[in-house]
Amino acid sequence: MSVNVAFAGRQYSPNPAYEVGREKIREFADAVGATHAAHFDPAAARGLGHPDVIAPPTFAVVVAQRAEQQYIADPDAGIDFSRVVHADERFTHHRPIHAGMRLVTVLHVDSIVERAGLAMITTRAEITADDGGPVATVVSTIAVRGPEVAGS
Amino acid sequence: MRPILAELAVGDSIGTAVVEVDRGRLVRYAGASGDFNPIHYSDRVAAAVGLPGVIAHGMWTMGAVVNLVVDWAGDPGAVVDYQVRFTRPVPVPDPGTALVEVSGTVGALDLAAGTVRVDLTVTHATARVLAKAQVRVRL
Repeated sequence: MSVNVAFAGRQYSPNPAYEVGREKIREFADAVGATHAAHFDPAAARGLGHPDVIAPPTFAVVVAQRAEQQYIADPDAGIDFSRVVHADERFTHHRPIHAGMRLVTVLHVDSIVERAGLAMITTRAEITADDGGPVATVVSTIAVRGPEVAGS
Repeated sequence: MRPILAELAVGDSIGTAVVEVDRGRLVRYAGASGDFNPIHYSDRVAAAVGLPGVIAHGMWTMGAVVNLVVDWAGDPGAVVDYQVRFTRPVPVPDPGTALVEVSGTVGALDLAAGTVRVDLTVTHATARVLAKAQVRVRL
């Protein structure tokens, strides 16, 4: 099985909305050791001008990875997850994610480049609030080892 | 007190931190993030794919080291862009903990945009685990 390059350029339909909850933000913040009060205390977040507790800078990965599953888990995409290594990740925040938002994600497969037994796959999750305003862009590149170098 | 853009200079240190990770932390991150790849909890699966043992989620490392910048900036919402390249895994022993060291310096200033780029140096056991770790912060 090898990576199907025909998926490059594909754009998926919008994902079902993800509802951002206060407790999920607190749980994620705890997991990465974030202690800023704006993740936990709505009053502290409001003091900084946010409507409710706000998410840590990498929280959007929760939403993005759900969208990426549409592609990665598709048997026709030819991605053997046991051969996948995460290469790059980038979050661009158009506005902070706060509790109470409903986020809708559209996944794009931006590029698939094969070189030296590796397939480098770059996906882009465009996350918007359900009012249509942009919230975050998450660009992720994974490297998939080819079968000939399996186990190396 | 939040940093003032006009008072910063390229090369300024924003501080250093050491973050600690054990197997329990990885389980907690798996649950919080929804990333249940077994290489982050099963030595058997990790070994089967050629790893020395269970490794930390790269996304955990990315999420943990940026706290240095958030606490310096004074507002998590001030982080407008954050990117890293994963260069080396962080093996997490059982029992025990792995330590990840992070230091941040001012890499660039954009007074017109009101932003500063903080460059992070992130190491485990003296080897760099992230490259091109850059955080753009609006001040």
